[in-house]
Amino acid sequence: MEDIAQRCIEIIAKSKSIPADSITLDSTFDELNVDSLDKINISFEVEEAFSIEIPDEALGTIKTVGDMVKGVTQLRENHPPATVTTP
Amino acid sequence: MNRVVVTGLGCITPIGSTVEDFRTALFAGATGIEPFPPYPEAPGETQGLRFTQSARVKDFDPRLHLDSGVVVSTDRTTQFAILAARQAAQHGNLLQHHASDNVAIIVGCACGGRQAEETETAKLYTRDARVHPLTVTRTMASAGASHISIDLGITGPVLNISTACASGTHAIGLAFQMVRSGMVSAAITGGHEAPLTFGFLRAWDSMRVVSPTQCRPFSADRDGMTLGEGSAMLTLETLESAQARNASIYAEIVGFGMSADAHHITQPAPEGAATAMRKALADANASTDQVDYINAHGTGTQANDATEASAIHQLFGDRAAHIPISSTKSLHGHSIGATGALEALATILALHHRRLPANAGVTKIDPALNLDVILNAPRETSVGLALSNSLAFGGLNAVLALRPFVDRS
Repeated sequence: MEDIAQRCIEIIAKSKSIPADSITLDSTFDELNVDSLDKINISFEVEEAFSIEIPDEALGTIKTVGDMVKGVTQLRENHPPATVTTP
Repeated sequence: MNRVVVTGLGCITPIGSTVEDFRTALFAGATGIEPFPPYPEAPGETQGLRFTQSARVKDFDPRLHLDSGVVVSTDRTTQFAILAARQAAQHGNLLQHHASDNVAIIVGCACGGRQAEETETAKLYTRDARVHPLTVTRTMASAGASHISIDLGITGPVLNISTACASGTHAIGLAFQMVRSGMVSAAITGGHEAPLTFGFLRAWDSMRVVSPTQCRPFSADRDGMTLGEGSAMLTLETLESAQARNASIYAEIVGFGMSADAHHITQPAPEGAATAMRKALADANASTDQVDYINAHGTGTQANDATEASAIHQLFGDRAAHIPISSTKSLHGHSIGATGALEALATILALHHRRLPANAGVTKIDPALNLDVILNAPRETSVGLALSNSLAFGGLNAVLALRPFVDRS
């Protein structure tokens, strides 16, 4: 879980050009100024990093970094098949 | 009809990413052509290429200037375009003085988002990998035009022109006509291109028109072109609006000529180039004896330079051998859809500073061309009228006629 969180934070930091230590699990994507293009890019990078596929319906429910980490963790545990439920 | 003047300049090029740096290199004859680093995807030491040099934009980090959402959704060519246009608009303070729907954006880009296309296609075909979800926005050739509009809040006519190596000149010419006719009161116009991908270099290599050494237009031993990248943008507006707001005026565009060779997809024909130059002069109400400088297409291939020289002799007769000429591609390389805009910028700076840039790389001028090629150092002289030639593959020719600004009112 910690490794997944760290990797997700690194991906977000790189995509947004912001320091990784400014991102926590409680950070919302709104707070990080992640717009729709950022989100689609970050999701793709996360999918690539963990060899998962995030379902369309899950994307809209991910509001915080913690949501993303939970979703990735579930997808990894359930892989295959790839499904996710997020809060 | 309106007189059309240039009131803003911007550029991201292999010889400078500000107009000041570009101008310094242009007049110092400092070339941006240099050996390129190995392409990681390339096999073997030679990379399958017969050439080792290109003209790259150095130290370009879009993240220093653009929002992350823009960076991730754009190719390098679009990033060049946005930043060059921003310079030109700020330089000219354009948007404080023109209604946003009365400003056009007309830019040339022939290759689109080449890097994005090649990267994603390689992944797809070699690893059956997923394609990045922003590949479409990165590759569309009109992305540069759209992003300039979004970045600057310009809501008038926005077009991308794709006419191979004449794209930038066609774009400036059309923008000139739109401002002259009163369709818009101002325009941001120029070209952008970032084609230095491994696949693109290999494609050009296969045509055997790239110099294994270095581009040296009009040299007797010339052996091809050198590929480049970058962007140059101009702001054009009516003389009336420029004077009303006391804008700096760098030059006046007075004519534009276009033609097609209707001959061959790669081999140029002198009649087409001569026709475009003649039409540009007619459009400017000028005669051949008024031309004091030609910024040549001058790619450095045997075929182009001989054909362009032949066209100049056809049109100018005995004067052809006495008109100062240079090809600034010997400094900034051949950046395909952008190159006409870089050359228009060089011509405008030449008129404004009364210094004609020298042609780099020449060892001995080809006597068969019988042209007055400017060598070694810029020629200090005032110019009444200059032509900037672009002669593209497929026989698409575009020529701008420019004058230093003189207040004749």
